[in-house]
Amino acid sequence: MTRSVSPVTRRGMTAFGKLVRTTTFRLTLVYLVVFALFSIFLLVFFALNTRWLVTEQITGIVNAEIADLNEQYEQGGLRRLVLAVDLRSRRPGSNLYLVTAPNGSGLAGNVASLEPGTLDRLGWEETTYRRLVETEAAQHKALVQVTELSGGFRLLVGRDLEERERLYSIVAGTGRWSVAIMIALGLFGGLYMSRRVLRRVDAMSDTARTIMAGDLAGRLQVVGTGDELDRLADNVNAMLDRIETLLRGFKEVSDNVAHDLKTPLTRLRNRCEAALRNAKSEPEYRAALESTIEESDGLIRTFDALLMIARAESGEAGGGTSEFDAAEIARDVSELYEPLAEEKGLALEVVATAPAPIRGHRELISQALANLLDNAIKYSTPAADGPLAKPAGILVMAGVEGKAVVLKVCDRGPGIPAADRARVIERFVRLEQSRSAPGSGLGLSLVAAVARLHGGELKLEDNAPGLRAVLALPPAHHGEGNR
Amino acid sequence: MRLLIIEDDRDAADYLVKAFREVGHVADHAADGEEGLGLALEGGYDVLIVDRMLPKRDGLSVIGTLRAKAVATPVLILSALGQVDDRVKGLRAGGDDYLAKPYAFSELLARVEALTRRPGSRGEETVYRVGDLELDRLSHRVVRGKDEILLQPREFRLLEYLMKHAGQVVTRTMLLENVWDYHFDPQTNVIDVHISRLRSKIDKGFAQPLLHTVRGAGYVIRDGART
Repeated sequence: MTRSVSPVTRRGMTAFGKLVRTTTFRLTLVYLVVFALFSIFLLVFFALNTRWLVTEQITGIVNAEIADLNEQYEQGGLRRLVLAVDLRSRRPGSNLYLVTAPNGSGLAGNVASLEPGTLDRLGWEETTYRRLVETEAAQHKALVQVTELSGGFRLLVGRDLEERERLYSIVAGTGRWSVAIMIALGLFGGLYMSRRVLRRVDAMSDTARTIMAGDLAGRLQVVGTGDELDRLADNVNAMLDRIETLLRGFKEVSDNVAHDLKTPLTRLRNRCEAALRNAKSEPEYRAALESTIEESDGLIRTFDALLMIARAESGEAGGGTSEFDAAEIARDVSELYEPLAEEKGLALEVVATAPAPIRGHRELISQALANLLDNAIKYSTPAADGPLAKPAGILVMAGVEGKAVVLKVCDRGPGIPAADRARVIERFVRLEQSRSAPGSGLGLSLVAAVARLHGGELKLEDNAPGLRAVLALPPAHHGEGNR
Repeated sequence: MRLLIIEDDRDAADYLVKAFREVGHVADHAADGEEGLGLALEGGYDVLIVDRMLPKRDGLSVIGTLRAKAVATPVLILSALGQVDDRVKGLRAGGDDYLAKPYAFSELLARVEALTRRPGSRGEETVYRVGDLELDRLSHRVVRGKDEILLQPREFRLLEYLMKHAGQVVTRTMLLENVWDYHFDPQTNVIDVHISRLRSKIDKGFAQPLLHTVRGAGYVIRDGART
């Protein structure tokens, strides 16, 4: 079926045409032809063999009779022969006998007439005859042998071939019928099977079409027989589940985008309107414009973060991958944030001495770690309770743990309740407690997306108290981890 | 300074031409790649500002042709494609700097001004001087007046970059890109904190501050009072 048929013509095909075009039906036809040929061969072989066997049998009987009658003639002359022939002729279901004088007139036997010239030829012959006793004029076929006796007399012994012919015709009839029935059953079965398969395939295409039309909840029917169509349907359904999940995620994102981008846009618009309405002096206009720019910068940042996440999630974050040391990243990024932590009265400690080679996008992993560190600093509060309180610190660690390269950021902040940990990774989710702090709510989503892009994962754990964010990534070369 | 802006968006181009004129530069405008290439080949420009997606001939091809004809005019690529790989592609094609849209004019101006100095004398000097502040790039020594100032390696690089562009406004993004080699947005004012730390080392206790904040733009290191 390499011919490409456009969906339009395919839909325009008659139901029967569709049926006949199915793979099942084509297969049925091929098998049907093969089996029919084989059956015909078998039957012909059988018929010919049977015929040969019967002929052999007749020959045996006739030979024995001739030998016997010859003996009678040798011993008792013509009289005895005629007597014996007469006797045998009268037996029911007897063979054919005829004794003729040298002039051709019949002396004894049960044959009324023969095909002309039969008696002139010696040896085996197939001929037609009529019996003496028969009332009807029907001619029968027979296999006869003509022998010459001493003195010019001729002896014909034969046997009716009706039996053989009947057997042959039975076999031939059986053959014809069985082949006919086989073809009929085959065609019918093929059509039935094709229709069954076609109906399921049609149901599948119909479902597919409704899904394409937008009904994503539709699923292919699984009959439960576990056949290949069921397996196909199962797999397609699994694929549809995945697509639905992805699309739902996509829809959630667009809803979130709509919300989290529209809110600042509304704010921006309101501010402009208010300025137009109320501002009297130049400084007031200036202030309004400045806050507008600030707001739009925030929007651009959110938008960039979203694009970045989308790119990371689609696995096409460019820049190419390279091999680098995660410990070095930990040191570099910590160095960038160290003054910020210090300004907030937080001690930033870095434990990253052993090299932890990974392969990936250096920039993205740096950004992921920066996001984690930024969060840690944002949500940590310096301990100020009493003189004995330890300074609330942030610990950044990089190293090889088991088979993974891990980057950890541990803080002593309020942490994230266990129930919310999975949720905060989603885009735009910000816990109530943190609504007031600046941020887009995309930080952790980006980290998670970067982790997924590299085949790793982001785990949020309880640091008791505080949060321990663990970015686990596969090492550059398995087994070469801790040199 | 003479600039050529190759940008197909009429509004954006008009805005840029006007804005550059206001700060005292001369800016010409070409609306497509062919026209831009023609004008750029005539020469006489100090910096080219090239949009990446242009009608008739795309921005990277314009730059490639210019570089193939040994035109060394500094090029700043402006593009809506702001990911790391886009940036790498742009710089590889012969661009000298890359700025993603949307951008603040102050950022563009700072980068354009930084580009004009790039091939100049400053890059080759081994000792940078601003007022009584001296930075020796070979011995990694920093001296203000008679006092030696001890800096962390990163602080040294930060000061080095600022002094290389002495008198020019340097934005936070430029610092993040050139001193830290990061191209992402660190969300918080990390650069400001680094600057204030550096400032406390080089300006604290001296009558004349050298490191100034330019509101809404970035920082500048220069001798003399703020204007």
